[in-house]
Amino acid sequence: MLRFSCPVCGLRDETEFTYGGDATLVRPAHDDTNADHWHDYVFLRDNPRGAHREYWHHVQGCRQWLVVERDTLTHAIGLVALARESRP
Amino acid sequence: MTRLSTGGRIDRARPITLHFDGIKLAAYQGDTLASALLAHGVRIVNRSFKYHRPRGVFSAGVEEPNALVHLREGARGEPNTRATSIEAFDGLVSHSQSGWPSVRRDIGGLLGLFMRFMPAGFYYKTFIGPGRGTKAWMFFEHFIRKAASTAQPPMLDDPDSYEKVNAFCDTLVIGAGPAGLAAALAAGRSGARVILVDQDNALGGSLLDQPAGGAGDAWLQSVSDELHQLPNLRILTRTTAFGAYDGEVYGLIERVSDHLATPPEGQPRQRYWLVRARNAVLATGAIERPLVFGNNDLPGVMLASALRSYLNRYGVLCGQRVVLCTGNDSVYATACELASVGARVTVLDLRPTLPEALLAQAKAAGVAVRPGTAVVTAHGRRQIRGVSVATFDAVTGRTRGAASVLSCDVLGTSAGFTPTLHLWSQRGGRPVYDPQRLAFLPNTTAVPLMFCAGAALGEDGLHAAIANGFAQGAAACIAQNIGTLAPPALPSDGWRREALMPSAILAQTGDAAMPAFVDLQHDVKRSDIDLAHREGYVSVEHAKRYTTGGMATDQGKTSNVHILSRLAELRGTTLGDVGTTTFRPPYTPIAFGAIVGRELGPHFRPTRRSPMQDWHQAHGARFIDAGAWSRAWYYPQSGEDIRAAYLREAAHVRADVGIVDVSTLGKIAVQGPDAAEFLDRLYCNAFASLKVGRLRYGVMLRDDGFVFDDGTTARLGETEFLTSTTTANAGPVLARMEHLLQTAWRSMRVQVTSVSDQWGVIAVAGPKSRALLQTVCTVDLSAQALPNMAFVETQIGDVPVRVHRMSYSGELAYELYIPAGFAQEVWQILIDAGAKPYGTEAMGALRIEKGHVAGGELDGRTTLKDLALERLASRRKPFVGAVLRLRPKLEDLARPSLVGLEVLDRQTPLKSGALLFSGGKPISGHGDGYVTSTTWSPTLGGPIGLALLAYGQGRIGETIRCVDLLSGTNVACRVVAPCFVDPEGVRQNG
Repeated sequence: MLRFSCPVCGLRDETEFTYGGDATLVRPAHDDTNADHWHDYVFLRDNPRGAHREYWHHVQGCRQWLVVERDTLTHAIGLVALARESRP
Repeated sequence: MTRLSTGGRIDRARPITLHFDGIKLAAYQGDTLASALLAHGVRIVNRSFKYHRPRGVFSAGVEEPNALVHLREGARGEPNTRATSIEAFDGLVSHSQSGWPSVRRDIGGLLGLFMRFMPAGFYYKTFIGPGRGTKAWMFFEHFIRKAASTAQPPMLDDPDSYEKVNAFCDTLVIGAGPAGLAAALAAGRSGARVILVDQDNALGGSLLDQPAGGAGDAWLQSVSDELHQLPNLRILTRTTAFGAYDGEVYGLIERVSDHLATPPEGQPRQRYWLVRARNAVLATGAIERPLVFGNNDLPGVMLASALRSYLNRYGVLCGQRVVLCTGNDSVYATACELASVGARVTVLDLRPTLPEALLAQAKAAGVAVRPGTAVVTAHGRRQIRGVSVATFDAVTGRTRGAASVLSCDVLGTSAGFTPTLHLWSQRGGRPVYDPQRLAFLPNTTAVPLMFCAGAALGEDGLHAAIANGFAQGAAACIAQNIGTLAPPALPSDGWRREALMPSAILAQTGDAAMPAFVDLQHDVKRSDIDLAHREGYVSVEHAKRYTTGGMATDQGKTSNVHILSRLAELRGTTLGDVGTTTFRPPYTPIAFGAIVGRELGPHFRPTRRSPMQDWHQAHGARFIDAGAWSRAWYYPQSGEDIRAAYLREAAHVRADVGIVDVSTLGKIAVQGPDAAEFLDRLYCNAFASLKVGRLRYGVMLRDDGFVFDDGTTARLGETEFLTSTTTANAGPVLARMEHLLQTAWRSMRVQVTSVSDQWGVIAVAGPKSRALLQTVCTVDLSAQALPNMAFVETQIGDVPVRVHRMSYSGELAYELYIPAGFAQEVWQILIDAGAKPYGTEAMGALRIEKGHVAGGELDGRTTLKDLALERLASRRKPFVGAVLRLRPKLEDLARPSLVGLEVLDRQTPLKSGALLFSGGKPISGHGDGYVTSTTWSPTLGGPIGLALLAYGQGRIGETIRCVDLLSGTNVACRVVAPCFVDPEGVRQNG
């Protein structure tokens, strides 16, 4: 079981969180009408071996979205930050 | 085999009686089932899995491949338990679980005569290959499974309870042998929070196999005393650490009551510990490997260390004429101790020259030693009677030359020890073969927070293990000033010194009559590994699965290295190049009951209850699960079935007035200066233009343009909205809002809060709903004062209520938003005023008649166009999904779109999921669409449905067939518009 150091709640079990996908993607502006931009954002994903940044939602806790650095190979957890405070 | 009159760690003052296959076994408290069997001379305990060969006790621990028995009877029956780790208690009943008519005279043993015709892959090659595409395998499988010596689980409910515990510590020490005890002491002295676990019922590990009352016991006592005095240290015995997981989380099973006939009052049978640690010390020791030779599965062939364990721990002498065969020093202490109690002992040592001291030690004890020799085959039918001995050739790793026969009644072998690295491997560690240390060893940096110690790390000998354990325990806690720990005054004989580590497979090739088993539990012979190699199974993972070597309940604890070394030999490479297979939890089998714990029946997950649940229950409602909710389904009157009840309820709504509990809808408060702009972005239709006091239906899409959810939003104020969601999507919609506000749209000043549980909601529907409500509240509800899609605040009784005028049924209708704690009071007032309750089944019938979409249509695969909701989409503002919903494929008219269906014969019910086919077309493939929702329409007096049909809107009036291939029904229907009742909306707007 992964454990994350939530910046608000402290070290918590994975079972309190839900996975929210790739945090390295930049969402197009809400009024962007370019279909390619949206296509890339919605459908294209890298599948990195090693360090990765991803969203996790502390849905059973403070309900904050977090950006978690996770090593996809070892499951080692690096920096955990509030999504609202991390670089986009 | 006999019980010695003295010695051992059993309590001779407490004799007990056990039963095995109806035989009474006299035993003592402190015995295991295996030691009691051996003391009683029971040789054959089981029949082997594939060839039904007789098998006896092989080891003295959890690695046991042979002695699997069915424990207890009836509901407490437990198959596949290892007799070697079952603690004896008075009255224990056990049975062999294979062999007919008995384990001693098993007719299936005839299979052994055909062994040479049943190599690896036999069943698949014979029964599947030739009959491919037929049902032949399904026919044969039944008999093949029956023939396999497998156990039967009890089919009764488990009468015992199990429980779960969460625990936290700084350092978890796994294994309480010499290294683990030293590690726990070092960590404990530092003040760290330590948990020490061992699968055995006592601390000590290998020290318990030393002669009782010796220097080892004194050392154990003093260490144990100190550990018990440490307030920061918890000791768990009878507890197996079976799984190591990410985040330094460990799964343990504590066998609280397995050593008792029944659990004491209030105690569970087993306890599942989930331990979250900062780090762990793995002091799990090492498991002895046997040698492999002809007939090496005969009862009486055992691990050499097991002979010592039975002697010193249980006072059982496994044989009077003992042969030990080895390539290392570890068996000499065993040999001398066996000789000291009167056994005639011969050691066959593979090594041609032996240290003088060793020979002198053996000679002094009266042990005969034959250097440079080895076992070729074992002899005997139901148990070992003797061995063939020949010269061992260290170059070929095989015996050669003529063999002489040596009679014996037990044979112990030792090829060396394999560090127990299962937990380390579970965390992704890949052990590396060390040719100097003759073992697969952990690369200590691979799993940074797991410190391997003692024999698990390949340390050789007692003193080294203790020193290393102490150091690792200190390292785990970064401990300082913790003093020292002196080892016991015992010889520290290593097993590695000048040891030989051949493939451990002594059997010569071409000796099919004398099978040599590399894996005892699954009857995998040396020749099966050879066959797998010849057939091209290069990867060790593939060879394992093909031969099934290393599988089953013991997971190859005594066989894995043999398979690897044979593969290495065949490929002309080294063990290191072959690599190992991957270990996965559990280390030893665990009971499902312990994993389930108390999460059974209604406790499997929480049940969500409406604030009006008590009323529904008191008034005979039948309930249906909707996600976590338990919802009132229908309210049967005397003698009514569900169909009669919901038709009555729905008809009453159309004619009079009914009330339904819709508190399960998701409710989200959206507040802040940018709330209107936020909803405008989120929903496909406009919300900024919504006036205060008004309601609006909205649909939101996913980013990919498909419909996500729908619901009604009330504008409570300039900066405050109350949004409702479908019951199922209450959580996901809120999470989505939070995601957007905390990531891409973080500059928006909006707060979203779930208020689902704060409001009870009652829908009041029917032509007489206004009249009824007007009798219980004072506010003006006339169409002028409160038009459709507006709300007003009032009081019902003493309760403040917000009345939303909106309709799901198509009738004149309202939804009352009531503070949850008072919802039942208002419900009762409405009932007293003459409203009749209706359940979710009637609600569904009404909404299908009205053509509203719900779960069947909002399945994540439909677009606005598919659902005939395109008119909602704003062309003037951007919104989530606005761009990708216009992908050409999603605009294709051939996509199934929403239509209504009327059954032509007005009788045959429709099935949800039925496929749609045009009149003349053959019934094959996926058809033109499918039925999404069905009901019996009380208004039309016949079955109707909603469906998604290709080119749907252009096919109104067509006759189509609804084909359900599962039930074999084929129903003719007319395609109609999806709204069956009042399409102009006169009723709801009146």
